[in-house]
Amino acid sequence: MTAPLLSVKNLTIDYIGDTTDFRAVDDVSFDVAHGEIFGLAGESGCGKSTIAFAISRLHKPPALIRSGKILLEGKDVLDLNPVELRDFRWREVAMVFQSAMNSLNPVLRIEAQFYDVLHTHQGMNRAQARERTAEMLRLVDIPPDRMKDYPHQFSGGMRQRIVIAICLSLNPKIVVMDEPTTALDVVVQREILQRINELRRTFGFSVLFITHDLGLMVQFCDRIGIMLAGKLVEQNTAEKIYGDPQHEYTKKLWASFPSLHGEAITDGAAS
Amino acid sequence: MNDKQTAILTLDRVSKSFGRPPFTVNAAQSVSFELHAGRTLALVGESGSGKTTCARLVMREYTPNEGQLLFKGKPVATDNAKALAAYRRSVQMIFQDPFSSLNPAHTIDYHLRRPLQLHRRDLRGRQIDGAIEELLTRVKLDPKIIAHKHPHELSGGQRQRVNIARTLAVGAEVIVADEPTSMLDVSVRLGVLNLLNEMKRDMKLALLYITHDIATARYVAEDIVVMYAGQIVEWGNVNKVIDNPQHPYTRLLLSAVPDPEMRFDDPKAHLKAGDVEEIRRLSAVPQDRTIAIDQDHFIRQVASSRAA
Repeated sequence: MTAPLLSVKNLTIDYIGDTTDFRAVDDVSFDVAHGEIFGLAGESGCGKSTIAFAISRLHKPPALIRSGKILLEGKDVLDLNPVELRDFRWREVAMVFQSAMNSLNPVLRIEAQFYDVLHTHQGMNRAQARERTAEMLRLVDIPPDRMKDYPHQFSGGMRQRIVIAICLSLNPKIVVMDEPTTALDVVVQREILQRINELRRTFGFSVLFITHDLGLMVQFCDRIGIMLAGKLVEQNTAEKIYGDPQHEYTKKLWASFPSLHGEAITDGAAS
Repeated sequence: MNDKQTAILTLDRVSKSFGRPPFTVNAAQSVSFELHAGRTLALVGESGSGKTTCARLVMREYTPNEGQLLFKGKPVATDNAKALAAYRRSVQMIFQDPFSSLNPAHTIDYHLRRPLQLHRRDLRGRQIDGAIEELLTRVKLDPKIIAHKHPHELSGGQRQRVNIARTLAVGAEVIVADEPTSMLDVSVRLGVLNLLNEMKRDMKLALLYITHDIATARYVAEDIVVMYAGQIVEWGNVNKVIDNPQHPYTRLLLSAVPDPEMRFDDPKAHLKAGDVEEIRRLSAVPQDRTIAIDQDHFIRQVASSRAA
């Protein structure tokens, strides 16, 4: 096997309290290969978002990384100085947040928001940025002439796609997606994830995908890690997690989903 | 929808639009459905399809532009304060967000004591304490531990249980639950849904369950209504609709539900953007004619692609 793109090693993160510390991430290790979609599943409070923030070093106090390494192509993210960090974010690791569609600036045209990123990171001028913007919008099925519109003129799904387009405009090596489609309905969710799946085949970036919807995760991811109370309790290919779950908690998670077809479930749900 | 006994609540061709022409939005177009005691009706659809408008019409937060609401067979009088109060007592709502629907400054005991004092005038002193205890036990919370706590000390699932207890405190006959589990963790969702199922069975409640998650609809409901662009496009027995969807929009909705059996790389799983747009466009066209698929399964006629 070739060297992984992202390698998280024995990562431990605490939230510092007045008297006691809360261990949010406890000795977690996983690898993400080039072009792979890796999923992290678990309930709220299990530490999956904390890991996502730590990867681009966006975690803020009281969160503290106690130990461990986050290696991107062999380089430890935790050793970067502020200047290197500014280069590293977006260019190498891009992030899509849960309410990403609300993270566009409401008083700037879409075009200007692309220019912000492209000018800062690649020194493009207006004309070059406009060209790149058109190219990126086309990728996510939005007519390029709409770049002159403001965010409120787009639907939630379109805004989410615009954020993804901005993310991809610098050709990042890995995109961290923290519940990117939770606020959207199922049809739009399917359309967006389908697009991301096609794009990663074309451009070869990796995705770290975080959600609590196991069914969706199995459809979309290559490999999946299941988290419980800060620990990574199971890690396997999507097929195995679905067809042959090993850990008791994974089985319980599956049992707590009402399925569309087949038997209605009554008990055995995770508590 | 065919009725076997008199429905508790009936919506009869109710329409609601917002804004003035030419910018009107028809949030509900000629919507009809019935709620029966001891039965759950699931209302599913994407965001913007008019689900919440229907809930607000039922709650009498909006007055319909056209059509009428029948409560136990009689139209709801708007000029009779007593009848209106009785209506508001009988029809209660559970909100989506358990974190903002309880007053952070009051204890759980207070949240249940107030409705009991206001709506159950026959209860005196100690009886109220007893009723609170009974309500909390019914929603599977320990009264000794929970009653004196404040909302911030409870988890989302526990708060939603308090909300359910609150609706029961006033003696509700109809409960409108607008996405009651969408903000809860997957592992506690089933518990809340089971509780709603139990309430419905034991207390003969009529439940309107609003959701975008069609899989949970099958779990709690007997009947289902699928809405798109303010219109009901397909309705009937929940198993018949899900196992044999006839309207193209229902099919689209069902095909997009995450299914771990089918990977995205599978060409069969591929949704074509053009097809999706076409279905959306055709389903949004107002249609009067309905087609009966079975005696308890109906669809609205689909506009032909040329006429639209």
